[in-house]
Amino acid sequence: MTSWLSKIGDWFDARLSFRGSLLPILKHPIPKGAAGPMGWWYVFGSASLTLLLLQILTGIALALVYVPSADRAYDSLLYLNYDQPLGWFLRSLHYYAGSGMVVMVLAHMTQVFLQGAYKYPRELTWLTGVFLLLCTLGMFFTGQVLRWDPDAYWGLAVGGAMAGRVPGVGPQLVHLVFGGPIIGGAALSRFFALHVFIIPGALLLLLGVHLWLILTRGVSVPPVPGQLVDPKTYDAAYEKEVHDKGVPFLGDAMLKDAFVSAIAVAVVVVIAAIVGPKGPSGPPDPTMGGANPRPEWPFLWLFALLSLSPPSWETFIMLVFPLMLIAVLLAVPLVSNRGERAPSRRPVAVLGVVVIYTLLGILTYEGTASPWSPKMNAWSGDPIPEHLLLKTPPMELMGAAVFQNKSCRNCHAIDGIGGRRGPDLTSVASRLTRDQLIDQISNGTPGGGNMPAYGKEMNPGEMATLVAFLSRLRPDGEPPAQQPTHDEPPKHEPPVQAVAGRRPLATAPRP
Amino acid sequence: MTTIKTKPSDLDRPTSGSDVGLPVRRSFFRRLTFAAGGVAAALASVPIIGYFFRTPEPTTLPWIDLGPISGFRKGETRLVTFDNPLRQPWDGVTAHTGVFVRNEGAIAQNGAQFLVLAINCAHLGCPVTWFPESGLFMCPCHGGVYYADGERASGPPPRGLFQCIWRISGGRLQIQAPRFPTLQDTLKDEPKSA
Ligand code: FES
Repeated sequence: MTSWLSKIGDWFDARLSFRGSLLPILKHPIPKGAAGPMGWWYVFGSASLTLLLLQILTGIALALVYVPSADRAYDSLLYLNYDQPLGWFLRSLHYYAGSGMVVMVLAHMTQVFLQGAYKYPRELTWLTGVFLLLCTLGMFFTGQVLRWDPDAYWGLAVGGAMAGRVPGVGPQLVHLVFGGPIIGGAALSRFFALHVFIIPGALLLLLGVHLWLILTRGVSVPPVPGQLVDPKTYDAAYEKEVHDKGVPFLGDAMLKDAFVSAIAVAVVVVIAAIVGPKGPSGPPDPTMGGANPRPEWPFLWLFALLSLSPPSWETFIMLVFPLMLIAVLLAVPLVSNRGERAPSRRPVAVLGVVVIYTLLGILTYEGTASPWSPKMNAWSGDPIPEHLLLKTPPMELMGAAVFQNKSCRNCHAIDGIGGRRGPDLTSVASRLTRDQLIDQISNGTPGGGNMPAYGKEMNPGEMATLVAFLSRLRPDGEPPAQQPTHDEPPKHEPPVQAVAGRRPLATAPRP
Repeated sequence: MTTIKTKPSDLDRPTSGSDVGLPVRRSFFRRLTFAAGGVAAALASVPIIGYFFRTPEPTTLPWIDLGPISGFRKGETRLVTFDNPLRQPWDGVTAHTGVFVRNEGAIAQNGAQFLVLAINCAHLGCPVTWFPESGLFMCPCHGGVYYADGERASGPPPRGLFQCIWRISGGRLQIQAPRFPTLQDTLKDEPKSA
């Protein structure tokens, strides 16, 4: 029986020559240290690769059902979620394995950077790796578009508006990205082609080069403090190390890779099963109110950075800053391709990684919370806490209604409930006097800052009741804000100059 | 005396250029192959690249009927929705779009004065919402706010809301089909023919 099998094996091998070609590749020698306990640091790359294979598999499966047409895509997603057996699970798995892939690629990159594995002779491996990261992120963005819900639609709008800011060719670029003058079927088809043909094609090509480089340039030796990389002597030393003490990859090293890959797959499968598919959140009807688009999580930090920076920096942050980041990543092995590799002797590199991840973490958190966004339904959905209205005289009660009606709640929280774009007004009366309140409401933030001028939109009666209500908002026992004395210069610009003189302003109403 | 014998083919060899050492006939064929390859590549790639980078764009924008002007009360801002004729047949609900219409009241000669504002925020294109009580448009993305006349009130937008071109024809309000507006391509420009 076995001889029979091995005869069949021989027959195939005589034609495919696996034993002569593939086996030596799998058995290529790697440094001994990389197969030992230090080898655990080397597992993230193959985990990314495993998740990529899972993405290809689930992607193909989803493509069997998904309809990349603007009028049918949403329906086909619902069909996947509810009618196609296990469709919900594959959609979910495709999303979470993709997320896992981003995480693994970043972990892989961080390890390579910290252990100086990008140094001579592996500069090109790093460069292709940077482009592989970009492909992965590109897959994330284009994948979100295929979800074809309001997030996808308005995400495209934001992307288009950014492209439209490119000097000179902006309008042509928008037209090219959307495939027409509006966001519709042509845009979806384009992003489908990007997501299933163009970016995966580039990704697989780059991956081929990346793997080829790993085979030909070899896996780096775990870093030893004091052992410097010198391009003149490196090759000979590496050759010697690998030949004298090296071990085949097919063995302990591969076992570690396989173990971590298995864990990674198991984790994303469990998460996918528990959490379920993401969206679609609703049909992509551009006229439906309440859309509040958020980018996918790998881009939240950029969303936050954009929102937190002054408007005059915006175009730079949108168009130039990402390119600069890519340039910095690409420059890493070109700037330093020799010298110390051990993280313990490269404090600047370690500090850099810590700072970058801390910043990314904070910005991502801010992006999730997005305190700069008005809460569009707070005017009707976030009532003023009842305890603040107990024993309130009628005039002030009216003011509370005005406060609600004029959608002040969309930006201002009271007792932590409501929008967070403006300051919480729970104790505003201990900060601002009656006149200051009127001035602030009428004229907004001078110079067209964050608060619009309500002067024209409020009649004197409304203003009076609103200010009466706001003047009550201070903690028990705390004195009201001090009335400025008359000879003090006014705190704010004279009203007429507030919005470049164009807005007629209600001055203090006289009830 | 020795006669120098040259093989006939040696005489044919070019003495300079990349074809050094090749017989003339072969070097000619080599060049011919390069030329043929170049022509073939151009024949194939020009239309393919053209296909990728050229998309049809209307040179004149169609007009959309928004209904009789008597349907717009003075001073009221209303979201009017319609199917954009710039759509493709399979655009489905994404072709459904809207504009904010405001009847600003009559001015002497040309009857009713309208203000037709795009739904897209002038900052990065998010959908703005009209709050009639406060007389403001608000944007959910980065907190851009506009006054009732579309002028910027606060937040990051660098300008006021984009305005559509409108006309009154036979007592009905019509607007030019709005394309996706951006800072460099506002709705008031003529579309650039690609
Ligand atoms: S898109 Fe409206 S504020 Fe940014």
